Amino acid sequence: MSYFIDRISYFAQNREKFSGGHGVTTEENRAWEKAYRDRWSHDKIVRSTHGVNCTGSCSWKIYVKNGLITWETQQTDYPRTRPDLPNHEPRGCSRGASYSWYIYSANRLKYPMVRKRLLELWRRTKKQVGGDPVEAWKTIQADPILRQSYQKVRGQGGFVRAGWDEANEIVAAANIYTIKKHGPDRVIGFSPIPAMSMVSYAAGARYLSLIGGVCMSFYDWYCDLPPASPQTWGEQTDVPESADWYNSGFIIMWGSNVPQTRTPDAHFMTEARYKGTQVVTITPDYSEASKFGDIWLNPRQGTDAALGMAMGHVILKEFHIDNPSEYFDDYCRAYTDMPFLVKVEKQGDRFVPGRMVRASDFKGNLDEDNNPEWKTVCFDEETGHVTVPTGSIGFRWGEEGKWNIVPTDSKTGKNIRPRKTLLGDHDDVLKVGFPYFGGQTHETGYFEPSAGEDVLDRNIPVKYLDLNGEKVPVACVFDLLCANYGIAREGLGGDNVAADFDENIPYTPKWQESITGVPAEKVIQVAREFANNAHITKGKSMIIIGAAMNHWYHMDMNYRAAINMLAFCGCIGQSGGGWSHYVGQEKLRPQTGWTPLAFALDWVRPPRQQNSTSFFYAHTDQWRYETLDVDEVLSPLADKEKWKGSLIDCNIRAERMGWLPSAPQLEENPIDLVKQADNKNVDPVDYVMDRLKSGDLRMSCEDPDNPKNWPRNMFVWRSNILGSSGKGHEYFLKHFLGTQHGVQGKDLGDEGPGKSSEVVWHDEAPEGKLDLVVTLDFRMSTTCVYSDIVLPTASWYEKNDLNTSDMHPFIHPLSKAIDPVWQSKSDWEIYKGFAKKFSELCEGHLGIEKEIVLNPIQHDTPGELAQPDVKEWRKGECDLIPGKTAPSMKVVERDYPATFDRFTSLGPLLEKLGNGGKGIGWNTDHEVEFLKKLNGENKEGRAKIITDIDACETVLSLAPETNGEVAVKAWSALSKITGRDHTHLALPKEEEKIRFRDIQAQPRKIISSPTWSGLESEHVSYTANYTNVHEFIPWRTLTGRQQLYQDHPWMVDFGEALVSYRPPINTRTVQNMLDKHGKESPTILLNFITPHQKWGIHSTYTDNLHMLTLSRGGPIVWVSEVDANKIGIKDNDWLEVFNTNGAIVARAVVSQRVNEGMMLMYHAQEKLVHTPGSKITNARGGIHNSVTRATIKPTHMIGAYAQLSYGFNYYGTVGSNRDEFVIVRKMDKVDWMDEPAQVEAAE
Amino acid sequence: MIDYFLFQIFPYIAIIVFLLGSILRFDRDPYSWRSKSSQLLRRKQLIIGSILFHLGILVILAGHAVGLLTPIAVFDALGISHGAKQILAITAGGIAGVFCFIGLLMLLHRRLFDPRIRINSSFADIMVLVLLLAQLTLGMLTIPVSMHHLDGHEMVKFMEWAQHIVTFRGGAYAYIADVALVFKAHITLGLFLLVIFPFTRLVHALSAPVGYVFRPYQIVRKRAT
Repeated sequence: MSYFIDRISYFAQNREKFSGGHGVTTEENRAWEKAYRDRWSHDKIVRSTHGVNCTGSCSWKIYVKNGLITWETQQTDYPRTRPDLPNHEPRGCSRGASYSWYIYSANRLKYPMVRKRLLELWRRTKKQVGGDPVEAWKTIQADPILRQSYQKVRGQGGFVRAGWDEANEIVAAANIYTIKKHGPDRVIGFSPIPAMSMVSYAAGARYLSLIGGVCMSFYDWYCDLPPASPQTWGEQTDVPESADWYNSGFIIMWGSNVPQTRTPDAHFMTEARYKGTQVVTITPDYSEASKFGDIWLNPRQGTDAALGMAMGHVILKEFHIDNPSEYFDDYCRAYTDMPFLVKVEKQGDRFVPGRMVRASDFKGNLDEDNNPEWKTVCFDEETGHVTVPTGSIGFRWGEEGKWNIVPTDSKTGKNIRPRKTLLGDHDDVLKVGFPYFGGQTHETGYFEPSAGEDVLDRNIPVKYLDLNGEKVPVACVFDLLCANYGIAREGLGGDNVAADFDENIPYTPKWQESITGVPAEKVIQVAREFANNAHITKGKSMIIIGAAMNHWYHMDMNYRAAINMLAFCGCIGQSGGGWSHYVGQEKLRPQTGWTPLAFALDWVRPPRQQNSTSFFYAHTDQWRYETLDVDEVLSPLADKEKWKGSLIDCNIRAERMGWLPSAPQLEENPIDLVKQADNKNVDPVDYVMDRLKSGDLRMSCEDPDNPKNWPRNMFVWRSNILGSSGKGHEYFLKHFLGTQHGVQGKDLGDEGPGKSSEVVWHDEAPEGKLDLVVTLDFRMSTTCVYSDIVLPTASWYEKNDLNTSDMHPFIHPLSKAIDPVWQSKSDWEIYKGFAKKFSELCEGHLGIEKEIVLNPIQHDTPGELAQPDVKEWRKGECDLIPGKTAPSMKVVERDYPATFDRFTSLGPLLEKLGNGGKGIGWNTDHEVEFLKKLNGENKEGRAKIITDIDACETVLSLAPETNGEVAVKAWSALSKITGRDHTHLALPKEEEKIRFRDIQAQPRKIISSPTWSGLESEHVSYTANYTNVHEFIPWRTLTGRQQLYQDHPWMVDFGEALVSYRPPINTRTVQNMLDKHGKESPTILLNFITPHQKWGIHSTYTDNLHMLTLSRGGPIVWVSEVDANKIGIKDNDWLEVFNTNGAIVARAVVSQRVNEGMMLMYHAQEKLVHTPGSKITNARGGIHNSVTRATIKPTHMIGAYAQLSYGFNYYGTVGSNRDEFVIVRKMDKVDWMDEPAQVEAAE
Repeated sequence: MIDYFLFQIFPYIAIIVFLLGSILRFDRDPYSWRSKSSQLLRRKQLIIGSILFHLGILVILAGHAVGLLTPIAVFDALGISHGAKQILAITAGGIAGVFCFIGLLMLLHRRLFDPRIRINSSFADIMVLVLLLAQLTLGMLTIPVSMHHLDGHEMVKFMEWAQHIVTFRGGAYAYIADVALVFKAHITLGLFLLVIFPFTRLVHALSAPVGYVFRPYQIVRKRAT
């Protein structure tokens, strides 16, 4: 009926009332309401997720109407859990829900773009040289003026559209020229967190690995890697899934803002609380997580280790000494290094703890022929004799069947009971010195010292052993720990120990009060309840820990203090207990299936992988501004003479000894080096060794500012390194890119040469090392703005890919709901395009080439036993032996014209060498055959990997987590090494094979695999270290147990053999600036803290209209009311935040949430939206990293030493940034810099 | 000739467009039948401006309707002289006109100078306000002219014209052939407003949510059979 006629017949209509007149049935036509209904109608729903740097890994329904994405909602079909355990769904958050806005927004990159100056230069030059693209690139790079002409306008706008073909041509030509001229290791690529979109990561990594380029790490650079984890467990990071919170009885949420940063998982926290789990929240600010806490502790930021030490003190005293818990005692004997023996060495008039005692220290090596220097010893309580228990790292390599931690004597095979303490059976009591850092003063006076001698002498019980003819005192790690924590024990006496918690002696609850500001009684209560719960439940106490703890220079102390609490209480490896580090998690569950695809291990091995922190520290020249001296972070017990030099010197030594990787690697082109050797008819490895030894050839690390050693081409994809994670942003701009920057500080200048002993100093610092920056993104991010070529990539609803997380045990897909919009392409297609063009343009420039690849000594390989002592070939302390005293060196052959063919097919090395990971290997012929059938064969009879789905299937087929047959193979490979049968963990799933279409139908639970330390079963939620405790698989550490004592000489020298409290370092970035600008207007000094976003996932979503609407829409910083009052800041005032590193402009959020002395700036706020200029820098506002600079820590450089061995994203220097202070002042005038840019930039 | 078109032909065109256009829009596109309020975007200036404007315009419209369309005989029977009616019209209309004028100025200022409102305005949204303001200004300008003939004889001409038009009698235009130009402009623009009425947010004037007050809480329909 007509609406109009309905209206005029209003009174004639038939209406029936019901419910006493409260309701009415009408006949009127309301078809127009279909407008509302149509809003929610759709043609199809496709499963995908948000593959940003977010580890939520939530499965979403993507709705498509008329070929357009309309919106997204959360999927609710996750596989069920178990009875009595809540299910996972729904997962998702406001950020993901706003994603569909991005796809068609103005922010979207739609076409390939090239910097106009470069494009014009390119077209002109190409014509000049007669059309050869490689020649054209060579001509441009040969002329410093031409090169600078586009470098110095990076970040100043000026992009023009280009075609894909032309963009690919420039990229390929630049790569070819760089490989030919400088070497393939001058081509680098940065992309983070492969787990979020594995194939997209693999696309770039595969291309780079095939041409010999370098893949850069991210987990360490983001400072999300907790080095304490590899130090303690030999494991990068392994954590419980969020469902396991529900199994816990007591949770400490420590520096982790679960509702804000783990939004999809937070429901488990609420559910656990309903169940009755006690929750304690520890955060300095009143964060969103605080409301979950039954108790909220707010220590001063950066002092968490003091709090953790005090809690450890309470636990050790009450549950290990005064009234020992049988469960804790048994656990610590079996699963920690507490019973193992440490040599006590004489140093002056005191003793100090030294190296762990090894079988090799005894006459006859205690009958251990294989690796006796890597087999640690303890006393057996039953017999009273020294014994070599199985499971230490010496048993892992060179023999089979004894690498397990069932407490067994390796020779007799008899069960033992390791003695945990020597007290009562001791020969002597010795005064042993422990370094104490709590008395150090801070430059700003903000962090209060707690006075004490810088060495604390404490008494410990020792026994004397005859070690190679010498009578040597030895102690148990447990006794060292008790002394280190300052606990008075009966019969020992001595100073610096407390019998009562109220004594102000390090590390009592009373002692920490003045440092953290937390009352002692609360510390005692929390520690006691934490331990008591673990005692009753056998380990179901958990610490959820986060960035607020890990982003400090001395993060290891924060972490080890917490880890010790868990180890003391037997929580590690127990369901509902343990260490839950949720920061930038990187659980690429089908890792061993993915690695060959990503790093082209099917074609060439080894790949080049670089730790980014050391790389950027060197190549963005942040080292030239280093203000932290090595001896400031040394132990007071260390020999300062040994440590002359600067931090970069330590890194150079580490690279030379094969501890850390290098990129670029050698001063000369590795292709040329092999050619030279071939011409001389010598082995290229010998040739390079000889030249290195003679000093005729140097490693690039020794002279990072020499043009010979610059990185030249950089790819960035799935990342916003310049707008988000680039610590020392302004240094990147100045030295790496060579453009407008805000660096205020001077470099070390005249001091430079004097300070450093290893690095070559150039008075003139280079500006603009990179010839070409190429970024793939879906939006115009800060990194894009600074790039030379910007390529539009398909977003997460436009491509096929795989996604997994730490937070849940499922694997699920990204799916192509619509074709890539405008001219965008998936990462896989883009890199395939590069490979194609590269192969074409190679002709006449590159053929089949041999080159030499340097690789650091790797964790989980026999190399981890390479260096029981620190000896430097460079200083003549030992011979240069690749892979033993220096990086391994290998000659590899690359068929450059075949790059595209290799990219798109599965290479022969999988059949030849097998597959594996983490020290376990297996034959994978069957899977390769299977892939040939599934993906089809190419002309050469190799399995094809043409499409992104082909790539997904390759990963899924090769990985034990998604292919039950492989899982059984992997477990049986491990069984051989441990001597125990583990295959029962996978046999029931042997026939299960997960394929791409399966996970599109529904997320699938992964299959348990020895790559990981947890299990997925009907009985237990995924929790880390579970198989170590329940299957007796050793931790991959020196003792095979949780390593609470670190005996590497560098660890000892830097005072971190045992945990202690170390105050934040002095970054010295404010005084100069105060002198310069302090009088212009009132200022305050604040500690600069950068927690994770509320209105974005890192920088993604922060320019999304929905999130801008929810937040204040532009850069903001949080200040306390007290600080705001000091200089008259009102809410929403514009502030200038600066130090010698640069400046930020942001609006103030004045809030009671924040502590006095602290400024919060949610990290990854870019300078793209609503950012005015800074008076200090005369440039636009800055990003959060404009006031930071990375400072590296020598203990993170250690390698070739059991758990302290390099692994990509696994160990290495980390980019901490929270020790930074800033000067804050109110802006009287806000300059929006709206006038047109200078002519130079505007053209 | 122009008078014949404007005041004899054009009124019918305007009324037909107004009626047919409104009915068709109501029938074909009921989803668009709304006032397009910008209150959610910004309350500032809206509430007070809107109240002033609507109060004024309702009084003025009612005055025009009653004043123009009530047969002269009715006034005569009630004993209201033309002069008295004229003064009543000038007074009431003048006061309401001032209300309306202030309201309109506020609304127009807000619409043009509040960036958030401006960016969300269509051409029609702005034009409607401009035209209403123009029409109101013309209407107010007739007051000084009317002050010269307070006996109301001029007013009778408009009543005759209007009543001839709505009763389809010929020669209506002749009644107002000699009135002041400002009146002619006012009538022409008024008729033009009728023409654009169905194509703008003005349509909301035809809907008043009176039914909401009386209807039961729950309204359901039977499943279509």
